[in-house]
This record gives sequence, structure tokens and C-alpha cells, in this order.
Amino acid sequence: MSTYLDYLDENALPLMWCPGCGDGTILKALLGAFATLGLKRENTVVVTGIGCWGKADDYIRTNAIHGTHGRALAVATGVKAFRPGLTVVALMGDGDCATIGGNHFIHAARRNIGVTAIVANNLNYGMTGGQFSGTTPVGSRTSTSPFGHTENPFDLCRLAEAAGANFVARTTAYHFKQMGQLMVEALQEPGFSLVEVVSPCPTYFGRFNKQGSASEMWRSLKERARAVGPGGTEAPAEAGSLEAPPDDGPDAPILTGRLVSRHKPSFAERYAAVQATAARAGEGAEPDAR
Amino acid sequence: MARTAFLQGNEAVLEGALAAGARFYAGYPITPSSEIAELASWRLPGLGGVFIQMEDEIASMAALVGAAMAGAKAFTATSGPGFSLMQENIGLAVMVEAPCVVINVMRSGPSTGLATKPAQADIMQARWGTHGDHPAVALVPSSVSECFSLTVAAFNLAERLRTPVFVLSDEILGHMRERADIPDTEALEIWDRPRPAGDPADYRPYRPGPDGVPPLGTFGGPYVFHVTSSMHDERGVSANDAKTAAASVARLVGKVSRNAQWLPRPEVVRSGGGGEGGTGAGRPVLIVAFGSSARAARQTMLDHPDHPLTLFRPRTLWPFPEAELSALVDGHAAVVVAEMNTGQLVGEIERITAGRRAVGLAWRSDGEIITPEEIWAAVRRTLGGDGR
Repeated sequence: MSTYLDYLDENALPLMWCPGCGDGTILKALLGAFATLGLKRENTVVVTGIGCWGKADDYIRTNAIHGTHGRALAVATGVKAFRPGLTVVALMGDGDCATIGGNHFIHAARRNIGVTAIVANNLNYGMTGGQFSGTTPVGSRTSTSPFGHTENPFDLCRLAEAAGANFVARTTAYHFKQMGQLMVEALQEPGFSLVEVVSPCPTYFGRFNKQGSASEMWRSLKERARAVGPGGTEAPAEAGSLEAPPDDGPDAPILTGRLVSRHKPSFAERYAAVQATAARAGEGAEPDAR
Repeated sequence: MARTAFLQGNEAVLEGALAAGARFYAGYPITPSSEIAELASWRLPGLGGVFIQMEDEIASMAALVGAAMAGAKAFTATSGPGFSLMQENIGLAVMVEAPCVVINVMRSGPSTGLATKPAQADIMQARWGTHGDHPAVALVPSSVSECFSLTVAAFNLAERLRTPVFVLSDEILGHMRERADIPDTEALEIWDRPRPAGDPADYRPYRPGPDGVPPLGTFGGPYVFHVTSSMHDERGVSANDAKTAAASVARLVGKVSRNAQWLPRPEVVRSGGGGEGGTGAGRPVLIVAFGSSARAARQTMLDHPDHPLTLFRPRTLWPFPEAELSALVDGHAAVVVAEMNTGQLVGEIERITAGRRAVGLAWRSDGEIITPEEIWAAVRRTLGGDGR
């Protein structure tokens, strides 16, 4: 029986993240999900972009590509499209995924490519000093919105659902057990899957917005979570019925759990059929119609 | 079996890619390169390969890097605006040492420019487009046959050097149909990336082999490895110290220059008793031209058979075949560069000529092909006096 330690590069410790950050907890949940599924290190590829959570590959002993800012899903798409048998995981923050990489995010979901996106959403750019991102709530103070943020945030789960992802889930860094379970489900999804993990950034977002100490931020995640679906306190979510967060303030509830689960054919399934058709037609044969 | 075919350059590029073993294409449609994407979408799936049309050229280039690490010979085709978007992830491919090929069917710019008309104005972007110190390898076909052969060469170089390689075609070559010699696939020299051997636990993805190029594992194979866009040590782990950075950059740049013998050599054509000891009337002139411009330069030579003219036509534009050109300079009275831009290569030629001879320029940047007459006018202008 393997454990998360089988996937952790202990030589790379200590973790680089700030005290009170959620990234270490998310990393442990992810590696625990790898262990639960007994993933082979050689058949697993972790792709990261740039940002605090984008440094997670430094601690992971699977194959990995640490690429460019926002492009993790595009790199991961290349890996998965060419070798559909591999387990491909993209680790991104809200800046990476929802902001600079937003186009790749919606198209990966639309394409239903079999990549699992684990998005650590801490509502701001931690690595570069706490500027606003595509998920920063209206009114929030950040390094680049000193008078309060004026733009609306994305709801990443609703975005992924509308774009066509097969599996969409949200959890928080506080909900370690739920997080691990959702990651296990996501990693088994043949199509595109998203696990959004709402995570605290006490160094910047919390401090700029007077959200108290790190432990107060973690307590807030605990209290604001509203689990939907089986075992949750809220009604099960159906595809298309996701409720938006009522508002974006620090007290807004966070809907957690498996929000979307559907079974449209994945990119790999459909492309394998194309390959079979083309092979039967023979090399050089032209399609019936252009 | 070797065959003669009537093809357009874009078709020949695709045939060359398949012959070289390409099995992954990620791209975004753009004039005048789109035929390459269309043909890839027809031909690759039946070969067990993958064609994927990405959301933009940024994603296309990123996907090449992912597929290359998963074992693919991967390529894309684009034109100026798309080539601009690819630049960041070309740097990623350079840094993680992902073998891949980028075909740029050059068109007139800047920006959207003249989208259906030719130019040769992306040559400095090919050399310096991505940020930071880096090597660049760019091949420049001048015929449909070379669209085939230099695409094969581009894949071989990408694999052997573990670096992105550019094929700089242009709208004329891409869409022009002419007789092309397509060699027997079995007769082609095909190279694959160096592969690791030995205990997977000892594999270091950035420990160079004897030629400066590190063996590359394959995701899904026995060698588990980590690559990163950040400065890194032999293990592929981030390392920020100056010593590692200096050694890494030196090796990245050096692995191309130290293996320059792998690069396609220039063609040198003489006419009118041209060059040293020329018997023709007039002082000998060395014309430097590549791609479509070189075809116009050949016509200049045919139009003026009595004047000693030498055409130096690089097949590899970057790194420029500096020694070969330099050796020819002293045997000529003047040097003329012909290019379809306002003068990008000429600066490089002036540097190599180093003041030994006057360097003239025939240029055009209006979306029309440069003419033999314009090149001849530049020859006479550069010679000065009576132009003989």
C-alpha cells in the first residue's frame, strides 16, 4: 500500500510556501490521491505553470514539466493527446488558470481532454506580491487595487461547466478529506476534470483585506463551506444548476463538493475513432468530403 | 520509391515531415500556411499520429513541447502573426530542450500586413524572437524539392540537437507548384533523439552526452524525469546560482555551434567565369540570397552571362555559414545582398565582410517578389563607376 510519501521528493523539503498557505495541504491531498489510486510514477505527468502553486512540481517524484505562465493546460494537452494512457495533471493557481491561461482553460474543458486541473484559488497573485487576478472579489484590496477591486471575478466551476468539462468540483484547503476524495474521482475521469481548491493567502490577500491571522482565514473556510451533493447540507447540484456565490465578500458561502459529473466522450475516445477510420481508409486516402 | 511529383511547397513540407517520422501536429490556421495543417489532419491519424487544432499559436507551441516529451516528433506551421505568438514557448522548448519543428511560411507584415503576399522579414525574429540568450537553427528552402529535403533535415537537427528548429519558407514557395524530387523514404537518413541507457535511478535529463546534447527519456517509459523552464541543474531541478546559469546557457548555445557540421551547407553557383580568375567582362560580384530571392538571383545570372557573378545561397540561415561566406569575399570586387525586407540579413553580411569589400543591398518590402532586374541594378550600383 503506497502513501503520499512515495510521490514526495523529501530532498526538496522544506516547502517554499509561506506559513499559513494552503498549498502544502493541497500537495499532500494530491499525492495521497495518487497513492489511493496506486498511480505509477512513470505513467504520471504533472504539468505546472508559474505561480506559488506552480512550484509544486519541485516536490513531486513523477514525470513533470514546469512550463510557462498560463500554459500548463496547453502543454498537458500535448502530452495527453499523444499518449492518452498517461495520467496527466495540471497544477495552476487562479492567476495561471483563470487569468493569463483563461483561453486554454475553456478550450481544454470544451475539448474534454483527459487532463485533471487542480486549481489552488487564493484570490490573488501570491508569487508576485499580491496583485489582483481573475478570481479576485469586487472591492478587495490588492497590490494593484489599493482603492478596492472594480472588476467581477470568474466562478471557475461555472466556467468549466459551461465550457463542457465532464467533472467539476470545488473544495477548500481546510476540507482535507473531501479534497482527497474529489481528487481521486477527478483523476479517474476520462474527460476533462477540475478540482478548484479555495485556499488562504495570509501573506497578501488576507493581510491586505484585514482577514485576520492565518488560523482565522482557515476557520473562515471551514465556516463558509456549504457541501452540495451526497452527504452535503445543500441539495445535489445538477448540471446547469450551479448557484453562483451570492456575493463576493469575505463572508460569502463557498459551495463545495462534486458539482458536475457527466459522461460525454473524451477527446481521446473520439480521436481513437478517427484514427481507426483513417487507418481503414489507408494511408494517402482522402476523406469522403473535404 | 523515389518519385517526381508536381507539388506546392506546403505539400512538400508535409511530405517531408511524414517521411522524417513526424506523428504530432498542433497548430492554428493561418494564411499562407494552412494547407500544411489541412494535410496533417488528413494524413496523421491514419498513421497512428495526432493532429490537434489548438485555440491559438501560444497553445500550439506549448502542445508541441508536451508531445515531444511524450516521445513525439512534433511540428507546427504558421506565418508571421502566429510566429510572434509562439515566441514565448519557443523559449520553453529551447530551455527544456524539446525537439520540435516550426514551419514559418513567411508573409508580408508588420502585423496583419499583406496576409496573402510573400516576405522574408521574419528572419531576425527567428534568430532573436524569444527572449534571453539562446541558440537558433533556421533552414531556408529555395525550391519545392528543398521544402521536402530541408523539412527532413529540420526534424533530424531538432532530434539530434534537442532544440526547436525553424523552416523559413515564404508565400511564393508555399503556394508555387513545380517539379519536386521526392526521394525514397527508405533511402533517407533519419535521426532520432539520443535516448538514455542504464539504470533509470541514475538518469539525469540534463547531463550532456559527448556532443553536448543530453539523452531524452519518454513520459510513460522507464525513465521518470522532470523538466523546467527555470534555470536548472542536471537533474532538471531549479537552480539559481550563477555558476549553473552560466554553464547552462553556454551549453545551450554551444551544442549548436559545436555540431555545425550537421547543418545543411550553402550552395555556391558561379557564372560568367565568376569568382577568382573570372574570365568574363567586369569585376566579379558575390550575391548573397536565400529562399525565393535566390531564385531571382539565379535569373540575374542567366540574364547577364558575361558578367562574373557568384551566388552564395545559404540553406542554413541560422547559424549563418560565416566561414564559407568569408572565404569567398576576397575573390570578389563587391558583395550584394538580395532580400525581401528592408535589410535584415545585410547587417550580418557586413559584419562578416568586415569592411573588406563594399556591401550593397537589393531589397523589396511591398509584398511583391524581388526581381532579377532589381538585383542587377544593385550589382551595378555597388560596383560604382561604370558598373562593370
